[in-house]
Amino acid sequence: MASPFKREKPGPLEYMRQWPLRLIVGSTLVFLYLPLITLMVFSFNDSRRNIVWQGFTFKYYEKALTNDSLIQAFVNSLTIAFFCTIISVILGALAAVMLWRFRFPGKTAVEGSMALPIVVPEICMGVAMLVFFARVFPWPTGLPWPLNLGAITIAHISFAFPFVATVVRARLSSFNRELEEAAKDLGASEWRTFWDVLVPHMKPGLIAGALLAFTLSLDDFVITFFTAGPDTVTFPVKVYSMLRFAVTPEVNAASTILIVVTVVLTAVGLHLQNQNNSKESKA
Amino acid sequence: MTDASPTQATKPNTVVKPNPIISFEKITKRFGKTVAVDNVSLQIQEGEFFALLGPSGCGKTTLLRMLAGFETPSEGRILIDGKDIAPLPPNKRPVNMVFQSYAVFPHMKVSENVAYGLKMDGVAGSEIKTRVAEALELVKLDGYGDRMPDQLSGGQRQRVALARALVKRPRVLLLDEPLSALDAKLRDQMRSELTSLQEKVGITFIMVTHDQDEALAIATRCAVMNRGVLTQVATPADLYEFPNSRFVADFVGSVNMFEGVLEKDEPNEAQVRCAEIAAPVYLDHGVTGARGSTVWVALRPEKIEMHKRGEGSEAPKMEDAPAGANVVPGTIRDIVYLGSETIFEIELEGGRRVKTFRSNLTRYDQEDFTWDEPVWLAWHACSPAVLLS
Amino acid sequence: MEQSWKQAKAAFAAIAVPPVAWLVLFFLVPLAVIWAYTFGENVGPTTIDFTGTFANYARALEPLYLDIFGKSLIIAGLTTLLCLIVGFPVALAIAFAGPKLKSWLLLAIMLPFWTNLLIRTFALIAVLREQGYVNFALEWLWNNASGFMTLIGLQPLGDYEPLTLLYNNTAVVVGLVYVHLPFMVLPLYSALDRMDRSLMEASLDLGAGHMRTIWSVVVPLAAPGIASGILITFIPALGAYLTPDLLGGTDSQMIANVIERQFKRANDWPFGAALSFLLMYLTFIAIAAQAFIQRKAERRG
Repeated sequence: MASPFKREKPGPLEYMRQWPLRLIVGSTLVFLYLPLITLMVFSFNDSRRNIVWQGFTFKYYEKALTNDSLIQAFVNSLTIAFFCTIISVILGALAAVMLWRFRFPGKTAVEGSMALPIVVPEICMGVAMLVFFARVFPWPTGLPWPLNLGAITIAHISFAFPFVATVVRARLSSFNRELEEAAKDLGASEWRTFWDVLVPHMKPGLIAGALLAFTLSLDDFVITFFTAGPDTVTFPVKVYSMLRFAVTPEVNAASTILIVVTVVLTAVGLHLQNQNNSKESKA
Repeated sequence: MTDASPTQATKPNTVVKPNPIISFEKITKRFGKTVAVDNVSLQIQEGEFFALLGPSGCGKTTLLRMLAGFETPSEGRILIDGKDIAPLPPNKRPVNMVFQSYAVFPHMKVSENVAYGLKMDGVAGSEIKTRVAEALELVKLDGYGDRMPDQLSGGQRQRVALARALVKRPRVLLLDEPLSALDAKLRDQMRSELTSLQEKVGITFIMVTHDQDEALAIATRCAVMNRGVLTQVATPADLYEFPNSRFVADFVGSVNMFEGVLEKDEPNEAQVRCAEIAAPVYLDHGVTGARGSTVWVALRPEKIEMHKRGEGSEAPKMEDAPAGANVVPGTIRDIVYLGSETIFEIELEGGRRVKTFRSNLTRYDQEDFTWDEPVWLAWHACSPAVLLS
Repeated sequence: MEQSWKQAKAAFAAIAVPPVAWLVLFFLVPLAVIWAYTFGENVGPTTIDFTGTFANYARALEPLYLDIFGKSLIIAGLTTLLCLIVGFPVALAIAFAGPKLKSWLLLAIMLPFWTNLLIRTFALIAVLREQGYVNFALEWLWNNASGFMTLIGLQPLGDYEPLTLLYNNTAVVVGLVYVHLPFMVLPLYSALDRMDRSLMEASLDLGAGHMRTIWSVVVPLAAPGIASGILITFIPALGAYLTPDLLGGTDSQMIANVIERQFKRANDWPFGAALSFLLMYLTFIAIAAQAFIQRKAERRG
């Protein structure tokens, strides 16, 4: 009798258990992660030239964390992402409910223009924002922080909220309208129904949308590059200018911090979503 | 269970012939920690219409998929015509399958669907054409070759799946729950068509089903599975009349089951005392169990006679049983009129309820009995099946 | 079902006005202004006249700029093709992996997508430059091979010449593939994951091998997913700015870089605007082509 610990032959559709595909998946993951991991590892390398491992150090983290302009840029980025997330989630949720709920003249046109910010190349949107804020709607200069970040924040919201709307609308399409009717049948008003039935159903979509808006804002370089002024530098723009100048281990350290922030945020977001999903499957 | 001296209680399985077309040898399949199929050995003969019957999750589909090559057995061998098929991938096996969802390729015309397998075999173009036409005629779809699958009804799609598999002239045709997706009327029609189709092409068919009516109606032989274990292999009639376990008796058809103690067990008579039945249960054959052991009496509803029980009336005498045996008093508690027959639920003394069927032989039969009427229930000495497990 | 806006005018207004107003004011108006600029002329250092001229478009169609458009299309096309070649087997493997492994693999593919584009590009630079780790690994191999040659009595290989892996067109394509691979894998995965497995089993059962099954069953049925994967990779690759800027050499300029130069350095806004709109039109053509394929597939399935 064969031992029960013997690995069984893979079934015909278990592609992940066949070596050529394992090889492809493995090398793809190496391709995707090797640069990021080396970047993170070498941010601890005690060498200016950043090539050969010379020993462990926090030196460059200290440098990065004492670099005031870098810190300012980082804080700017987080602030912009924060406001962008809040306003995008509100606008995106409203847009999603509008398109899901109502029939109105010009709906196709609204739907089409709502999709535009998603498909228009970033560079086009960047130059449009540059011209808009330079000629049509000049954002006052010399405003106190964080009001001076207004132009960038507006630009970020413009491209982020349609993404939120898409995510929330996808979630809404799985809504069972009988729940709404049941709530009304049991005596809830229109407004109560909205809060008690529809909003809880939208919640995972709102979380996913918020996460998306936050990362899109934090990640954006091109559009910010065209709307940022000398005293409204964001983290990517700052890193870009540092890179133009020289590739220093400081940038490695700063990047590692940002990667860790993103990973933690993603983990939190996924955890929230999972919690929501498991609550739903239990119900 | 091995029967040294088979009795009428458990009839022997169909005689094992020397050259089975398919032979499962001690097949076990595990998915992680769960055992889907547990040490199953089974032979299927050429030309049979064989049914694998069992509740969902009993491993019957896994067994079929191992035969088709979509799952690999954890242990054991599967032989087709005496050859181990383990090294053959699904596309090299001489079996073809009709999937539960039919799996008709939605992007190909009906004729392309049917021709697909022949193309893979490198059959010449002209031959493909004639064979596809023949196959479509066989399943009564001639003239549908140019349709797309989404223009067909569910029943027609199933015929395409049948034609597509049969056109390859496989050694064995596998059918996974072939009738489950059809509506009731179509299902009855397809049942008889499947039987005649099999007679016409002469290919061995193996069908998986959870529907015992379907298995009894179509198959020449059935294997009942429960929790990965093969419980009984027999013809439909033997399965129904001579179940070998409580599971089979209960799963195949409707049954009244009573726990009892074997009081007497001679070669040609036996008696069981059940707590829930006032009278002893007498049998005209032996059951080869130990005296005093716990057994179960399975009594099919249609095998119970019902007689009126007026004030002071005598119990009816069953001529094949001693006086007082196989007759109990009861009261009708529920009546379900089904048209062709009526189901009565009768409460025995002590509270146990028993089901019995009564055919409505005339248009007034259903008026014979009414609620809360006292009745006698009686059965023949050869009717109950005594089960040891 | 959907409600007519007339049945609840106040609620509709409360819901519709904020997003629509935002979209019009902060997205459509800027686009319209740029569009107006495409018909303008520079008359002074900062003044532009809207003369209704087509000269900007005419200039954009000169061979110099047509070349850049052509090159951008080729680079974006090549990127998409490479992403498809790598992404399809990866998506296939993920779609058919066990449930636990599947969610980990999906996370692994998505995580870089959540990571900052600039940082990823920078990481790639650190790996590919002449003093980078790829060259380091190659040098180590070279020196060992050289040492081995001496050991067996042959001429040593000589000094290692680091490969120039950066600042050329290849680097741009590698960078774009690196950045856009998740875009391709995710829609492919969701198309393959949705597919009815019994169709693939039926194909195998009828005698087709794996490659045959993938080609004649999986690919046609996953066509809409493949088309959207291609689109979602091609569009951002076509308009890519950062990757050619950081990884490309002097001759690897793509349209976005030329547009940027018009606005930030050459200060020729009308011409830059015209280039932007041509890029946008190309994008719309790609979207229309995908919608056409999608509709055809839907009609069939």
